[in-house]
Amino acid sequence: MRILLAALAFAIMLGAGGCARSLEPRPATLHETFDRALVARGAGLAAIGDCYGCHTRRDGAPFAGGVAMHSPFGTIYSSNITPDAETGIGGWTEAAFRRALREGVRRDGAHLYPAFPYDRFSLVSDDDAHALYAYLMTRTPVRARPPANELAFPFNMRWGIALWKAMYLRAPAPQRERGAYLVEGLGHCGSCHSPRNALFAEERDRAYQGGDLEGWHAYAIERHTKAPVPWDVASLTFYLRNGWHPDHGVARGSMGLVTAELRDAPEADVEAMSAYVAGMMGTPGAGRAMQGRQLTRAPMAHVRDAPGPGRELYRSACLECHDGSRPMPFGGLPLTLSLGLHGESPRNLINVVLHGLGPGQGETSPVMPGYAGALDEDQLVDLVTWLRANLTDEAPWPDFRRLVREARAMDRSMLDFPPGGAGTDPLAAKAP
Amino acid sequence: MAAFILNGRRASVDAEPETPLLYVLRDDLRLNAAKFGCGLGQCGACTVLVEGEPIFSCLTPVSMVEGKKVTTLEGLGTIADPGKLQEAFIAEQAAQCGYCIPGMMMRAAALLAKTPHPTDAQVREAMQPNLCRCGTHMRILRAIKRASA
Repeated sequence: MRILLAALAFAIMLGAGGCARSLEPRPATLHETFDRALVARGAGLAAIGDCYGCHTRRDGAPFAGGVAMHSPFGTIYSSNITPDAETGIGGWTEAAFRRALREGVRRDGAHLYPAFPYDRFSLVSDDDAHALYAYLMTRTPVRARPPANELAFPFNMRWGIALWKAMYLRAPAPQRERGAYLVEGLGHCGSCHSPRNALFAEERDRAYQGGDLEGWHAYAIERHTKAPVPWDVASLTFYLRNGWHPDHGVARGSMGLVTAELRDAPEADVEAMSAYVAGMMGTPGAGRAMQGRQLTRAPMAHVRDAPGPGRELYRSACLECHDGSRPMPFGGLPLTLSLGLHGESPRNLINVVLHGLGPGQGETSPVMPGYAGALDEDQLVDLVTWLRANLTDEAPWPDFRRLVREARAMDRSMLDFPPGGAGTDPLAAKAP
Repeated sequence: MAAFILNGRRASVDAEPETPLLYVLRDDLRLNAAKFGCGLGQCGACTVLVEGEPIFSCLTPVSMVEGKKVTTLEGLGTIADPGKLQEAFIAEQAAQCGYCIPGMMMRAAALLAKTPHPTDAQVREAMQPNLCRCGTHMRILRAIKRASA
């Protein structure tokens, strides 16, 4: 029914659509220079916007596009945003760039798909757009044309996007404090962490209550958070800059791309974003705060260890590393602390048990072997059910066998750990 | 008590359910091809196949393979009658200390069963979880290519 409605709405859009104005190309003879400080500021902003993550293929040249984005309507490939004149944005003036960023319109006037989160980038200031332009226009131009999108009719008609925009584009807001500005706009946290409606737009009244994307679940990051240990500004900042935290766990899937990039963002900006997100989560009540303290002090004491078909699997396969005897990132997280077990969806837990945590290239990253070869569906269901019942106080998840089958069939590209990042010294990042 | 199909034959062992498959294979069943390397699923020396999929037997409790088909290097051939993959590893002299080689061969066997003629890139991708510290990587890659020819 949702799909039918969506199709109907898009059919209406076909009538309403249209094309935006084509903007003059940037003269080939124009040789702008950009101030180094401006380019550096743009680099930090690009890290917050995670431009690299969606615009760089595994083993591909930075920002050359071609990354497959999976939507219910088909596959969309990200575009080349290097300054190549023919296949990238080399022929774009700053005005054309700013319009693409904030209104989702290509230089030639065609509408861009909202897989590019311009519904949030509409909040980016002129100043920041200027720095981002300086940064991107000083990257190495790469000649690369992304594959053609694979979208079903009527979603393959770009002019239908006009109505979508009329419904969902955010009006530029007055300047707010830094964290709110970055989280709501350029950081586009809600693009993954909010549920989406049948037309793939964020549900505004359920903002930040969690969403599913690219085979992973983005957890609720407002007051519905199920984190067993409440997050605070310091733990969020560490997590966002390192991709793991000893009281919370590991970022993977699209979030792994985000944290790999945020290492290169200005620390003050990440701190401001953390403060805003911590504010959305709210101050934990006395009970929850106390429980968090008890958990971090003695995480293994909270395993109930009731007999059951998953118990032997946990004791023999998981406990070897997840017994709290070795600190993260090289030891395993005591699973009583894991949001994967407490969260609103078992999707990430299933993904990680089946496929493990691959090593990051040049990253200080926890690793874990996957059990896809050894565990059959029933065993995995037993294990996940037992973990939820014995290591958390949460209600059992509803039937999740569909998620198990989806996780088994997951596209390899959704499991890749980000190849990028700053290549930091593995020993330099210490647990806080 | 644990029971599974080992290299085509029924095997049953008196072992605690959480005993790693590797210990059962080596200590109870006296099949010494699979090796204990790191014990953390990070080196691949213990690789065997379960239902055709490569797994780290050091981290896999024997209860997890109950009733399933387990294949070890001994299942690919014998010294007198080596299998195709083993012949290729001998022909390329792919072993130096040899400790990693049984695991390498098992992971390669899983690859070739699914992709009989892999490209160089596919071989490298598939073999990524297995480590060799003597440095015969190029010979290992050649042996796998030879077996796939």
